[in-house]
Amino acid sequence: MIHFVLLISRQGKVRLTKWYSAYSQKERTKVIRELSGLILTRGPKLCNFVEWRGLRVVYKRYASLYFCMCIDEDDNELEILEIIHHYVEVLDRYFGSVCELDLIYNFHKAYFILDELLIAGELQEPSKRTVARLVAAQDSLVETAKEQTSSITNIIAQAANV
Amino acid sequence: MNPFSSGTRLRDMIRAIRSCKTAAEERAVVRKECAAIRAAISENDQDYRHRNLAKLMFIHMLGYPTHFGQMECLKLIASSGFPEKRIGYLGLMLLLDERQEVLMLVTNSLKQDLNHSNQYIIGLALCALGNICSAEMARDLAPEVERLLQFRDPNIRKKAALCSIRIIKKVPDLAENFINPAASLLREKHHGVLITGIQLCTDLCKVSSEALEYFREKCTEGLVKTLKDMANSPYAPEYDIAGITDPFLHIRLLKLLRILGQGDADASDCMNDILAQVATKIESNKNAGNAILYECVGTIMSIEDNGGLRVLAINILGRFLSNRDNNIRYVALNMLMKAITVDAQAVQRHRATILECVKDSDASIRKKALDLVYLLVNESNVKPLTKELIEYLEASDQEFKGVLTAKICSLVEKFSPEKIWYIDQMLKVLSEAGNFVKDEVWHALIVVISNASDLHGYSVRALYRAFQTSAEQETLVRVAVWCIGEYGDMLVNNVGMLDIEEPITVTESDAVDALEVSIKRHNSDLTTKAMALIALLKLSSRFPSCSERIKDIILQNKRSFVLELQQRSIEFNCILQKHQNIRSALVERMPVLDEATFSGRRAGSLPTSVSTSTGTARNLPNGIAKPAAAPVADLLDLSSDDAPAPSSSGGDFLQDLLGVDLSPASAPPGTSQPPKAGTDVLLDLLSIGTSPPAQSSSPASNILSSIQDDKASLANLNGLASLTSLSPNATSASPAPMMDLLDGFGPSPQKKEENGPAYPSLVAYESSTLRMTFNISKQPGNPQTTLIQAIFTNLSPNVYNDFLFQAAVPKFLQLHLDPASSNTLPASGNGSITQSMKVTNSQHGKKSLVMRIRIAYKINNKDVLEEGQVSNFPRDL
Repeated sequence: MIHFVLLISRQGKVRLTKWYSAYSQKERTKVIRELSGLILTRGPKLCNFVEWRGLRVVYKRYASLYFCMCIDEDDNELEILEIIHHYVEVLDRYFGSVCELDLIYNFHKAYFILDELLIAGELQEPSKRTVARLVAAQDSLVETAKEQTSSITNIIAQAANV
Repeated sequence: MNPFSSGTRLRDMIRAIRSCKTAAEERAVVRKECAAIRAAISENDQDYRHRNLAKLMFIHMLGYPTHFGQMECLKLIASSGFPEKRIGYLGLMLLLDERQEVLMLVTNSLKQDLNHSNQYIIGLALCALGNICSAEMARDLAPEVERLLQFRDPNIRKKAALCSIRIIKKVPDLAENFINPAASLLREKHHGVLITGIQLCTDLCKVSSEALEYFREKCTEGLVKTLKDMANSPYAPEYDIAGITDPFLHIRLLKLLRILGQGDADASDCMNDILAQVATKIESNKNAGNAILYECVGTIMSIEDNGGLRVLAINILGRFLSNRDNNIRYVALNMLMKAITVDAQAVQRHRATILECVKDSDASIRKKALDLVYLLVNESNVKPLTKELIEYLEASDQEFKGVLTAKICSLVEKFSPEKIWYIDQMLKVLSEAGNFVKDEVWHALIVVISNASDLHGYSVRALYRAFQTSAEQETLVRVAVWCIGEYGDMLVNNVGMLDIEEPITVTESDAVDALEVSIKRHNSDLTTKAMALIALLKLSSRFPSCSERIKDIILQNKRSFVLELQQRSIEFNCILQKHQNIRSALVERMPVLDEATFSGRRAGSLPTSVSTSTGTARNLPNGIAKPAAAPVADLLDLSSDDAPAPSSSGGDFLQDLLGVDLSPASAPPGTSQPPKAGTDVLLDLLSIGTSPPAQSSSPASNILSSIQDDKASLANLNGLASLTSLSPNATSASPAPMMDLLDGFGPSPQKKEENGPAYPSLVAYESSTLRMTFNISKQPGNPQTTLIQAIFTNLSPNVYNDFLFQAAVPKFLQLHLDPASSNTLPASGNGSITQSMKVTNSQHGKKSLVMRIRIAYKINNKDVLEEGQVSNFPRDL
């Protein structure tokens, strides 16, 4: 099971955190601090696994971002690398060659996509196309709702003017 | 409209925060935003609620407190629109965790959304539930989730499956409800549903043996077939990764098969063929393929034995091990660690490669490989493997040396075939990485050297040589100093020369030089210096020619700023000058340290000094074998070993060491010398020597008595005095002479408390209408806690209904109130209500109890309230 997902920039800024196991706010800050110290200092050619508090953290660097997932000792580390890549590919497809700035300004979108990929720390959908389709469908629901409200506001505004 | 909330858009806020140049600036921006959001919250602003929550999430990610936004999530979730709900659920998952009470409030909204007509809203609710639900929520909402496992849209079914995993992990009792629906998910075609279904089955097997049996019987064949179809499926672009169709599904199938096959021969048989096919057919040039192979090897290793498959698996691991990709090598080492319990022989075959991995440039791999090597070592290969590891110790980088050293030391101790080899290896480690060696390790080395009487000369000479080249390794210096002090004469006279040794000429003054160097080196720590001081004293009688010089060196420490050294130096000087007659007896060689006791203590089986002494008492023969003069010398050594205790972190072990020396010393009846009459200093020092008259009693009381006696001079031993309280029985067990020594050690006050003193009952509160009496008692052995039974008596002619007694105590007290015997108090003292409470006083002995009370009741449906303070408790509660 994946205990948490972290996205940390090379400067140690947190870009996304998702906790599937119970960690209090205090512990979360501590975990992030500890792990960024551990992972950001590792050289480029080393393996992508770090042992940490009896668990294992699998990380992979994409451009300036480190994608980290913490798993149990007996989970398949290589598969987690695939899951990370899977997520990155979906992000890439959604944003169109995704970069760190996309994830900063649209952090909520990154969370929505992750929620279509993982629930309860387990993989939910192996097909990138399905994930993209589901996210797009929900986005369009939001758009329609927005148009409706704005048209209502327009009507009210016009009515007020008259 | 609120003037703040219409302010910045989310994007603008992020931009403003990002443009901050200092942390203070950033805090200012965040503070302003938070203030605006709080204002909007308090005005119950609806239009910008979701934007505000989005901002809060960003602020939360930066690490600022955002608890004030938690209720906003609930409001958004309760609103009807999809956009609001989407943001609300996201905020819920982000800002809250399962341990927060607020979460309970969302249960109802979740229930409604799980029954919503819009499937995307159901999806949101399932996702939130799966990620953060607590046990209570799991119980409340399990039926909804169970129903959704059969929902028409597969995307809801897969979410419900993962949600069920969370539910059964939180409440394993619910597992049986999910077994049947989970089994039906295994027949799905939709990959999302299939992998989540398989995952659910896997987790069900983990929490319920009933589920395991069910799936093993009903589903094994089906799963094997699914895996077969997968392995033989044609190219499927939607699920293809590196030429393999859905590796995620492969891996989950293999994982579930592993659980089903484990411990069941039939199920294992059933999956043999397909495992062999996967192991041979999957391409291993991409990560995805390797992930499957890795999982497959894990399954082969776990299911019931099949020789051919095992060979296949071990070969795959061998291939992994020689792979250039660090990740692959890491997982190979990881798997070999598991395989070693199944087939140690096969793993041994890869020993050379594994050993190479210890030297890898990657810390994760090094550590894994070292762990594995540690498991691989046995009696037959310990020598070559240790040699390799020690050679590598030289080249390894600093941060790895600590782990490596610990592992080597532990291996050498565990498997050493002979003492000389052990001493040799330890010497190598000490010279190479002595600063990383833990205290108990070099203590163990000293014990071993002390026990190997034929190797004393050899050890001291080897240590002397090593000292010349590696004087910067603290622990090496300590062991060397100790040995030179004990066996200095053997160093100089080449006693007990072994054939393999090269002869070495060391003069007496060379040996003293070595000690002087270690005492004067500014970076020697207190332990080393103190040990060197003792060693010098010992040499003073062994090397008469150097005694003047030794005296000078000892005297130089008279001005030491460290109290310990200063005091020792004065005492030793006194011995050298005034008490030549007893000196040689005083500095005799230490008796052989008892190995059994030492190792027992290291294992932690004898944690306190009291049990230590009983431990050594069992090993008496060792002490008896010693010459008559030994006790006195021992005692001195006792102080020497103990000297560094205050500064050293391994202090308690040192105290233990002292226990070892001491007890055999005082134990042999009739062998000890009668105590010499001496000056004050000597009396202090030798006070332990005076106690042998008490040998008939337990050794523990010996320690006690000596500590009591010389509290003036052996300040360092005073730490031990606390031990005395651990053994009250020693007080009673010791014979008459001991009583004197133990005088002032007061009869233990705890005893009184153990009997549970009786207290008179007191009238805690009395008004014209009501009386409250307290009966006070103590629990034996728990002086802090007071049990109070309150008895209420009605002094008026009216019946009191709804009687309620409340009490409050200050912070240093803890109050536990049991329910009252009744809530109706009959009139005119015709009965009473009793209520017991328990008060724990954390400042017991310093502050006495005090309590505020409030009593509420009804007379003829009219509320009456009485209040008061109870401060007349007995003082010592």
